[in-house]
Amino acid sequence: MALFSIPDIKITGISTCVPQNEFDNLKYHWISLEERKSFIRTTGIAKRRIVKKKKTATSDLCFTATEKLLKDLKWDRKEIELLIFVSQSRDYVLPQTACILQDKLGLSKECMALDMCAGCSAYPYGLSVIGGLMTSGEIKKGLLLIGDISSANSYRDKSFYPLAGDAGTATALEYSPGSNGMHFNLQTDGAGYNALIIPDGGFRNYASKDSFKYKKYGKGVIRHNLHVALDGIEIFNFALREVAPNAKKLLKYSETDIETIDYFVFHQANKLINETVRKILKVQPEKCPYSLDRYGNTSSASIPLTIVTELNKKIQKGKNKMLLSGFGVGLSWGSVIVETDKIKCPEVIDYEG
Amino acid sequence: MNVEEFIGHLEEEFEDITPGTLKPESEFGKHFEITSINALIMIALVNTEYGVVINANDLQSSKTINDLYKIIKSRIE
Repeated sequence: MALFSIPDIKITGISTCVPQNEFDNLKYHWISLEERKSFIRTTGIAKRRIVKKKKTATSDLCFTATEKLLKDLKWDRKEIELLIFVSQSRDYVLPQTACILQDKLGLSKECMALDMCAGCSAYPYGLSVIGGLMTSGEIKKGLLLIGDISSANSYRDKSFYPLAGDAGTATALEYSPGSNGMHFNLQTDGAGYNALIIPDGGFRNYASKDSFKYKKYGKGVIRHNLHVALDGIEIFNFALREVAPNAKKLLKYSETDIETIDYFVFHQANKLINETVRKILKVQPEKCPYSLDRYGNTSSASIPLTIVTELNKKIQKGKNKMLLSGFGVGLSWGSVIVETDKIKCPEVIDYEG
Repeated sequence: MNVEEFIGHLEEEFEDITPGTLKPESEFGKHFEITSINALIMIALVNTEYGVVINANDLQSSKTINDLYKIIKSRIE
């Protein structure tokens, strides 16, 4: 079992950047007005921020979020020795986007930079990798940049298009001997890899002329093979089956009383999934913040985005213990318990473009 | 649980069902449309109320409310 703790690491700041451009799901004309209303009522997703220009990449949003965070933290960029970029919408197939960001952010050539590919589970997974690399104490300061542009998908696919929002985030971590560290429970089930997939464009199925051929998969579901294909019911059942037991096991392992958790921040999948998981865990609604009504499902970015938009005033002031849980594409899921103490957390930043 | 209780939950959950109109023999598609959204609501409802998981096949293979009820009941026991 991937249940483990990483000591001596603390989060010192979190920031988020979203496109200024807002899409109102009430104006999603591909489906009837009645369907739009039913969709919004059930998923809770009324509005989303999506990039306007096709050239805007996830790394642009992460870059903007990082610049603001570094300014607030007053970090010396020379001291940053680790940068990890987690995304499923990288700038290029190669090279790694983390290398481009290292240069763009003016970080030293002594900085280690790498990409990770993860979606909805990116935050717990990303924290575990960066924490694991920093816990020995040689690397004192690290940046974890996470985000996705998911809106670049088929407008004519009602099963995915109205869910997805775009966002980029930055989390700053420091080596801090004696701090509480982080506790993890990370899991995988690759048997469900097909439930959320872009079939073509990788090295299993190369992009070809056929990849661009639109096909109808059901009423209101038309897309091609370079678009995301979501099996909503499979993902839904997976989330109901796995998320609560994973979180419960982590609470037990870390000897954490569920009542001592100030906030449960879940990946913002949709309201129906999240509320069902919350009820299974018997968590009070006020401990379970939501951003999806205004930002949609922002894939890898959803947990840090929700911390910034919903909790930023609170986490800048005092101590907070949070259980963060991500689940989805892979299938990959996991939870992490972190404690923050007066961290930098600027208001969400709007990006033009 | 019994089938009437199950129908009661459905009436509570789905605003567009007029209470009293749904019967055990009511057919999906005729009396109650299982759209993709309704399927998710149904799965969540069954999970929360009965602690049972149903999937897309269960919904597709159920002709009537009673058919679905029988599947749920068989998983509880």
